[in-house]
Amino acid sequence: MADARVQVPAQVRRGESFEVKILIRHAMETGYRLTDEGKPIARNVIRELTCRYNGVLVFRAEPSSGIAANPLFTFFVTAGDSGELVFEWVDDAGARASERASVTVAP
Amino acid sequence: MVRGVGALLLGLACVAVPAQERSLPAGALRSGSTYLSPELRAMQEDGFANPGMLWVEKGAKLWGVRAGADGRSCADCHGDARASMRGVAARYPAFDRAANRLLDLEGRINQCRAERQRAAPFAFESEELLGLTAHVASQSRGLPLKVAVDGPAAPHFARGRMLFERRIGQMNLACLHCHEWNAGRRLLAETISQGHPNAYPIYRLEWQSAGSLQRRLRACYSGVRAELPAYNSADLLDLSLFLAWRAEGLAIETPGVRR
Ligand code: HEC
Ligand code: HEC
Repeated sequence: MADARVQVPAQVRRGESFEVKILIRHAMETGYRLTDEGKPIARNVIRELTCRYNGVLVFRAEPSSGIAANPLFTFFVTAGDSGELVFEWVDDAGARASERASVTVAP
Repeated sequence: MVRGVGALLLGLACVAVPAQERSLPAGALRSGSTYLSPELRAMQEDGFANPGMLWVEKGAKLWGVRAGADGRSCADCHGDARASMRGVAARYPAFDRAANRLLDLEGRINQCRAERQRAAPFAFESEELLGLTAHVASQSRGLPLKVAVDGPAAPHFARGRMLFERRIGQMNLACLHCHEWNAGRRLLAETISQGHPNAYPIYRLEWQSAGSLQRRLRACYSGVRAELPAYNSADLLDLSLFLAWRAEGLAIETPGVRR
């Protein structure tokens, strides 16, 4: 499965804040559901999501139960230098994934 | 009475043509998206936030992946899907003369998978099959549905219409009773739509996943507590053909979002 889709503007101006969106494919299993046989289904949600911009942490979230499957995160970042946004996330089962997007900053 | 004479003449001219009278004329057709809450409609229309796009993108990637005995990808034979697959979904389900059966888009893709790529066909509702179907169908976004129901498709069409009008299940209801007589009314938490196939595969919040038209139809069977037809059964395919004809002219909206 494509694990995520990221959207950033094609070009941004230095000092300007721009919107970053990431849609992550994840079941976000709440831990409150039961199987057909009545056994509880273990909670498995994205435990932590971070975004680093040229190595600097610019966004961090700790989602929990109650967030729908395939969640969308939106936040703003202030443009510094051209470079890369690196997204990393880990779920309760310990599965890690990452995604990148490049940012072009006009002077 | 003029109408009766016309029908009679038509009947004499070509006996095989099925009764194609429309109970929902073009002007009365409403896509399922018109019955959505404003939030869900906005989610469907947002090319980024629509979760169905995760599957479309998955399909776009698979399009270029080589597989099977000859190591060929969809792209090796079909090139750029934006050109080669434009308008294709609008013509499905379609009768395949060589295979001598009715195929929906999923069936067509799996046929290419098995016979042209010589790889193991994808399972129903697998991420791969949903992804490729969503990718192919989204190339027809905005184009009107128009399927052929004549020639070898005619008996399938006639059966599809019969199934649409037949009462089923413990609730003893036909598709017609909900999707024509009660469209726009509420049923528990849902608003009943006219039951059109123009946004499939869809992303459904209740499923927390994308799903095919066949999965949706099975949910309707289960809703009226009727026996579930198997995936790819004649019943589901014939019904899909009838539904596509009934929605003729509606623009394709894949991937739709539903509650
Ligand atoms: C070896 C070449 C080859 C490969 C590989 C191949 N196809 Fe095809 N495909 C064809 C040919 C040839 C036809 C037309 C056959 C016909 O009309 O009977 C076709 C038809 C189709 C159609 C129907 C088009 C229409 O106008 O009705 C679809 C959809 C399709 N292919 C999808 C795919 C997908 C998706 C893949 C990859 C999983 C794929 N094909 C792989 C050769 C190929
Ligand atoms: C008891 C009422 C009821 C019956 C009978 C019923 N459905 Fe449905 N159907 C629903 C509801 C409720 C939905 C979900 C809301 C909607 O989209 O209409 C739905 C959804 C659909 C959809 C998806 C529409 C969309 O835009 O996503 C299709 C197609 C459909 N039904 C076809 C059928 C067919 C074919 C039958 C007969 C086998 C059938 N339904 C029988 C209530 C019913």
